[in-house]
Amino acid sequence: MAKAKLKEHRINRDWCKGCGICVELCPKKVLEMDAEEKSAAVRPEDCIACKLCEMRCPDLAIEIITEQDEK
Amino acid sequence: MALKDYIRERFFPHMWCAGCGHGTVLNSLLRAVEQLGLSKNEIVMVSGIGCSARISGYVDFHSLHTLHGRALAFATGVKLSKPELNVIVPMGDGDALAIGGNHFLHAARRNIGMTAIVMNNKIYGMTGGQFSPLTGIGGMATTAPYASIDRSFDVVEIAKAAGATYVARSTAFHAQECTKMIHDAILHDGFSVVEIMTQCPTYYGRKNKLGEAPDMIKRFKDITTPIGSKAKQENPDLIERGVFVEKNLPEYCAEYDKIIERAKGGA
Ligand SMILES: Cc1ncc(C[n+]2csc(CCOP(=O)(O)OP(=O)(O)O)c2C)c(N)n1
Ligand code: SF4
Ligand code: SF4
Ligand code: SF4
Ligand SMILES: [Mg+2]
Repeated sequence: MAKAKLKEHRINRDWCKGCGICVELCPKKVLEMDAEEKSAAVRPEDCIACKLCEMRCPDLAIEIITEQDEK
Repeated sequence: MALKDYIRERFFPHMWCAGCGHGTVLNSLLRAVEQLGLSKNEIVMVSGIGCSARISGYVDFHSLHTLHGRALAFATGVKLSKPELNVIVPMGDGDALAIGGNHFLHAARRNIGMTAIVMNNKIYGMTGGQFSPLTGIGGMATTAPYASIDRSFDVVEIAKAAGATYVARSTAFHAQECTKMIHDAILHDGFSVVEIMTQCPTYYGRKNKLGEAPDMIKRFKDITTPIGSKAKQENPDLIERGVFVEKNLPEYCAEYDKIIERAKGGA
């Protein structure tokens, strides 16, 4: 299987409650809390598309879209 | 099907507090169902009362939101009348093992084919943080302001002793592991129990000074270890994660069918 390549972080701002779990547990420190206490991808170039943020989010608010997903 | 096709989007954002581990259980469960490729019509989710039990409102399966502690009794009725359905019963620690303890024991003893998921946050979340049978000695709760003196149940040991034929434990930190266990538990033909340790930052976290949701979820990594690990030998306080029981024994609905056949034969 080819390594997944990130296309985008899809963050649902209406559902994100700003708990910070994705921010704290991202192995590559890609995410940060923005001024409105919502998760934001500030270093997307560092993302390894492991989807740990997506799988742990209690609010189903963050989705990692890879080029493979689009196909 | 995409994950979103399995939920009732109109009820989102959900009612759980920011960082509540119950949300991660929902997340893991949806992934397991998606991996199994089940259609929504093949699943019945039965829940009782509690923050955890609210999960049945968010999934677009057949769903029953019943009485505190009685989800397994309702689920038994559903399963016996429609054994072809996949019955999933998520419960809180109080729901499953305080008021619902007897139902839990006997559903396991019968080995009826359903998937019980114990969303264990070690507290009564919904009603304001009272201690539960899972709080354990030294745990703080609104009803134990000087710490609880009650010993804790061990969900896995109870499930094993009562006769469950699939028993596993994981935590909200280990979301991928949870998905795999729920997946296998659904496929298992018999009574399966998956305990998932979840954080309740609002009550358990505050009362026990465990920090915010990210601190609490990270703690699950530190206080658990895979079954039989070297770390466990060195530190017996670590809680083991993994599959404790997986065995095949006669399933209740199948045995009941045999009785029907026998009765018809007049033997
Ligand atoms: C028969 C009955 N007794 C008591 C209650 C009050 N009650 C509602 S939820 C709950 C406990 C919830 O704790 P738990 O099952 O651990 O779920 P959590 O909210 O922690 O997810 C209690 C005692 C009730 N609804 N019905
Ligand atoms: S884990 Fe989910 S809800 Fe929490 S901050 Fe990240 S995106 Fe928002
Ligand atoms: S996919 Fe992995 S690396 Fe990328 S933001 Fe999420 S947790 Fe971080
Ligand atoms: S009170 Fe606790 S269990 Fe209930 S939703 Fe809030 S964090 Fe979750
Ligand atoms: Mg609870």
